[in-house]
Amino acid sequence: MPELDGNALAGDLAEVFAVEMTAARFTCGGCRHSGTVATLRVWTPAPGVVGRCPGCGDVLLRLVRTPRSVFVTLGTTRLELDV
Amino acid sequence: MVRAALPGRLSWRAGTVSAVRQETPSARTLVLEIPDWPGHLPGQHLDLRLTAEDGYSAQRSYSIASDWSAASGQVEITIQRLDDGEVSPYLTDVVEPGDQIELRGPIGGWFVWRATQPAPVLLVAGGSGIVPLMAMIRDRGRRRARQPFRLIYSVRTPEDACFADELRRRVRDDPGLDVHFVYTRKTPDGWPTPPKRIDVATINSHGWPPDFAPDVFVCGPTSFVETAADILVALGHDPKKVRTERFGGA
Repeated sequence: MPELDGNALAGDLAEVFAVEMTAARFTCGGCRHSGTVATLRVWTPAPGVVGRCPGCGDVLLRLVRTPRSVFVTLGTTRLELDV
Repeated sequence: MVRAALPGRLSWRAGTVSAVRQETPSARTLVLEIPDWPGHLPGQHLDLRLTAEDGYSAQRSYSIASDWSAASGQVEITIQRLDDGEVSPYLTDVVEPGDQIELRGPIGGWFVWRATQPAPVLLVAGGSGIVPLMAMIRDRGRRRARQPFRLIYSVRTPEDACFADELRRRVRDDPGLDVHFVYTRKTPDGWPTPPKRIDVATINSHGWPPDFAPDVFVCGPTSFVETAADILVALGHDPKKVRTERFGGA
């Protein structure tokens, strides 16, 4: 699987967030590494997309699509969005 | 006061392939006509979705190669064929003018160059990582922008270089643009050095000094991006000024 980065999440995130998300800053809850969402580690293709901290590898963001919903998980909080 | 309406949610639409152009034996440009395309910044992408008759669909993100001008209204993507890829062989070998493709965009807002950024620019491309950087070079040329640009472009062989003729022409015609090639497997005849990978000496000699505080854009495969970014930071460039994009495709 090719290793990509958070730039590749731009389209899926733009579908559910009103601001451009790859330029947003994150702080990892595990190692406190901070950076822009564009620098997250991403592997595709996969059933969903997973963004991992480039510092420690912890999963920071998950996005899974079903025919009617998008599930976005940030940390331990899961959001279900109707699309 | 009523707040300005949110921009329409990013949605899939149909674009039409209006022309194709072979760039190298394994890379092809698709020229797309996309109704109501709002324009894009150099460095942005579009997502492209192919759906088979049985409903199976595959989605990929491609960097936009062209700069945007409302006058032309066209959007170009340049695709490198990956022999074991699921989507790229279709786009490089099968698609022809008149075909429709489902896409959405423009997307991304971090790996972009805006002509209002005053700093000099260093572009570092590995293979097909040239594509979004070419959009920046084209945008600068169309605007006659003054920021000095340097491109370091690593390719396996001279035949693998996309946009080689256009880059030569722009180095002649666009003041303040320099291009340096790195050949990793085979050099042109008479090239002063044997094939090599990008290294400290290359970036030191053909990039900008860190004191110039350039905006740096690095795009290529993961190992290339990590090598180049590590060298840049070791040479003293501010990591916050080094923007990277790992080029996948498939």
